[in-house]
Amino acid sequence: MEFIYALLVQPFVDMYLDPLIFIETVIKGLMAGVLYSLVALGFVLIFKASGVFNFAQGVMALFAALTLTGIMEYMPDGLPKWLTVIAALGITVVIMILLAVIIERVVLRPLVNQELIILFMATLGLSYVLEGAGDLMWGSDVKVLDIGLPTDIWDIGGVYVEQLDVTAAIAAGSLVAVLAIFFTKTRIGRALRAVADDHQAALSVGISLQQIWVIVWSVAGIVALVAGIMWGSKSGVQFSLSLIALKALPVLILGGFTSIPGAIIGGLIIGLGEKVVEVFWYSVHGGAVENWFAFMLALAFLMFRPQGLFGDKIIERV
Amino acid sequence: MLYRETGQFKRNYAADQQLFPIFQDKILLAAILVVALAIIPFAINDYWSKAILLPFMVYALVALGLNILVGYCGQISLGTGGFMAVGAYSSYKLCTAFPELNLIFVILFSGGCTAAVGVLFGLPSLRIKGFYLAVATLAAQFFLIWMFNKVPWFYNYEMSQITAPPREVFGFLVSGPQAEPAAQYLFVLGFIIVFTWVALNLVRGRIGRSWMSIRDMDIAAELLGIRPLQTKLLAFAVSSFYIGMGGAIIFHIWLGTVEATEAFDILQSFFVLFAIIIGGLGSVLGSFLGAAFMALMPVGLKVVLVDWIGMVPVTAKHIEFMLVGSLIIFFLIKEPHGLARMWQITKEKLRLWPFPY
Amino acid sequence: MAEAQVVESGGTSGTSGAVDTRTIGAPVLAVENIVVKFGGVTAINDVSFDVRKGEIRAIIGPNGAGKSSMLNVLNGFYKPRSGQIKFAGKTFPSMDPYYAASNGIARTFQNIALFRGMSTLDNLMTGRLLKMKSNFFWQCLYFGPAQKEELENRAHVERVIDFLEIQPIRRTPVGRLPYGLQKRVELGRALAMDPDILLLDEPMAGMNVEEKEDMSRFIMDVNEEFGTTVILIEHDMGVVMDLSDRVVVLDYGSKIADGTPDEVRANQNVIDAYLGVSHD
Repeated sequence: MEFIYALLVQPFVDMYLDPLIFIETVIKGLMAGVLYSLVALGFVLIFKASGVFNFAQGVMALFAALTLTGIMEYMPDGLPKWLTVIAALGITVVIMILLAVIIERVVLRPLVNQELIILFMATLGLSYVLEGAGDLMWGSDVKVLDIGLPTDIWDIGGVYVEQLDVTAAIAAGSLVAVLAIFFTKTRIGRALRAVADDHQAALSVGISLQQIWVIVWSVAGIVALVAGIMWGSKSGVQFSLSLIALKALPVLILGGFTSIPGAIIGGLIIGLGEKVVEVFWYSVHGGAVENWFAFMLALAFLMFRPQGLFGDKIIERV
Repeated sequence: MLYRETGQFKRNYAADQQLFPIFQDKILLAAILVVALAIIPFAINDYWSKAILLPFMVYALVALGLNILVGYCGQISLGTGGFMAVGAYSSYKLCTAFPELNLIFVILFSGGCTAAVGVLFGLPSLRIKGFYLAVATLAAQFFLIWMFNKVPWFYNYEMSQITAPPREVFGFLVSGPQAEPAAQYLFVLGFIIVFTWVALNLVRGRIGRSWMSIRDMDIAAELLGIRPLQTKLLAFAVSSFYIGMGGAIIFHIWLGTVEATEAFDILQSFFVLFAIIIGGLGSVLGSFLGAAFMALMPVGLKVVLVDWIGMVPVTAKHIEFMLVGSLIIFFLIKEPHGLARMWQITKEKLRLWPFPY
Repeated sequence: MAEAQVVESGGTSGTSGAVDTRTIGAPVLAVENIVVKFGGVTAINDVSFDVRKGEIRAIIGPNGAGKSSMLNVLNGFYKPRSGQIKFAGKTFPSMDPYYAASNGIARTFQNIALFRGMSTLDNLMTGRLLKMKSNFFWQCLYFGPAQKEELENRAHVERVIDFLEIQPIRRTPVGRLPYGLQKRVELGRALAMDPDILLLDEPMAGMNVEEKEDMSRFIMDVNEEFGTTVILIEHDMGVVMDLSDRVVVLDYGSKIADGTPDEVRANQNVIDAYLGVSHD
């Protein structure tokens, strides 16, 4: 009886009695969701263009953030802060593009036309390589990433909002806008969509698969960099980042693997859901539900709508 | 030359369908059994047992279980760590609730509990496939570990770290800190031999064929009258049974003390998955080769990099990560059927060796 | 080849018109007013026909006419929107794949659907799965009933292997076989099920003349020796006209003709569908 009360009644009473905390939780959840969405966005890009389910996307974010902090440490001291940041960002972007080229050469090209599940497992291997390489080059201790993003806290009528979160939301929003334009308006974008529909047909009209893959993985690398910066500024650059990034997977299931708006909305739902459940249902579960809530939600969702909220319906043929 | 089946004729289907139809294979198997049963027990010491033999055998059992699900039935799972934890914690609950129960039965029943949990988390496999299912099994991984860490009933309301009580089997102490390495080794070896034989029987008969048909082309299998849900759930059950026994053995025999978040985290799931990719998907032999590789490689690397070259252990760990990842990619590109296939190719070459034709 | 195969079949049902050693019996399978839709697209629109015991029944039509969909309805992979299926004396709104398989309906696929990771022998053995009943315990031990039924079914499968003349590739993984042989193995897998009704989806697509002749011979032999009813989709009109007793013609999901090969050949709708018709 007590349990049912704690499960079904108490949380809503709490929400009603303390609306400020509720609003703050919602905002926190949405902002965490933005970060999930950023990682999920990278997944969607690669999945759309190559059908590859890139398990290493989260580790790419970690790798990018590690590289950025590492380079900033090695910058000469005398330079003004903004110059250091911009130079380091530039170098990191170049490294991410180089990484895309290497991945295409070493991993994707030899595996072309293999079953997708094989490619998936290859990205699992890739995530181990990247993690080892990142740690090996830059060390595995927790690093502070400071590229001068605002870190103050706004007090809006008693509700506290972190400026960093707002920056992340703005960054995510502009990324989506840029990507949308890139996909629909440019020649490369059209080629990308062609490749996504049918590899062979795209090849036959003269689209270079290799070139497209390098572009897509580069873009995904840059998206990973943005995600890595946001996350790193918030909670430091460390190994756990790659595990948190795994939550982008349930985000994709909710949103559908091929939908960019789906990635955003899925991320928001999951971020919001886990924060609200964590805070208001605490007496039921005793904490740390953030570890699994997203996955369980996705699992439940899969039972009813396997193609996600915005994904294409799956029709099987013989 | 050495490895030829010339002159070995099969006069009936029973002879043709033996496990080891070729004479030379029988000799090799007999030799391995003699070494494992008659030589190692007398030569074993604590280091060999805890650092090399037990890890290899335990992971071989777990890899065999995962290979049934992934390699034979084609259902990918990243929840292995969670299922191992189910085996470990249910064996802890069983042996503290029934102190008189023989450890053999404790481990078998823990496998049974894990099979039930595996079936539960296998239910979504009816609707979803491939990496969708992989994500679903991640739910099992994270949820189960959280549960063993949060619900005090599972660790008898003490510390969340559980410790195996000392238990005797046939008069020999096999668990607890005072246990004899040879007794522990033989205890685990018994499980390995029996359940490897069972796995070989399952995969070559009706059940194995129905798993493989689901793996290769599920629609065609359904139209042949194979019921996909039952077949997949059976694979989940058998696979989890093996993995659960592995978890129970890890807890009772190998480590003695475990903490769910450390001993059975998601890296364990990857570890076992990598073992079967490197060893060979859909191969019983591959499970052993892969487990040997994954269990022994860190030991070997540590000896070379830390003890000989004098590298910092953390750096050696990073190199191990990179090496494992690269090897996975290498095997997927060059030999998707893993070490088991390489062994098979070697055998085919041996038929002619040393003559070119 | 077999001009003599045309069987008198216009009479009342149940007539046994015996030509060669064959007997054509009463209808064993019938579809009535079947409608299949995918989203807004109608794949099959109000199609009815029946299949008599022991006959070779062809379904023809231009690409996209709904032929494969029809086979998918017959063995339960697609559920029709409306209409019914009569089979084994019962009437169903749709077929259950398991029921179909366990009551003697086997099929092959247009795009080969073999189990690529398994050997020819194992592929054929999957056709026997429904006949194998030994329980899990015996399976674990591979002893007693499990071993006995394994050997019995192996013997049965070996007869199919002999019949199709594929002994040399018994142990070869089917993924490595050439296309024509894969088609033959797929037929073998269906035959291993001891089917009463065999659904063949373009068994000769992509084959050369020789392979087609081989395949035609196998189909005729199966039909004659075992009395297996055959439902056949094929594009090669020569093969269809030679082999089949009766032909259904589909176009844009609707039935436009049904009858003996000669009747169908003379049908104006069929000629229009195949050669096109001017719309003025």
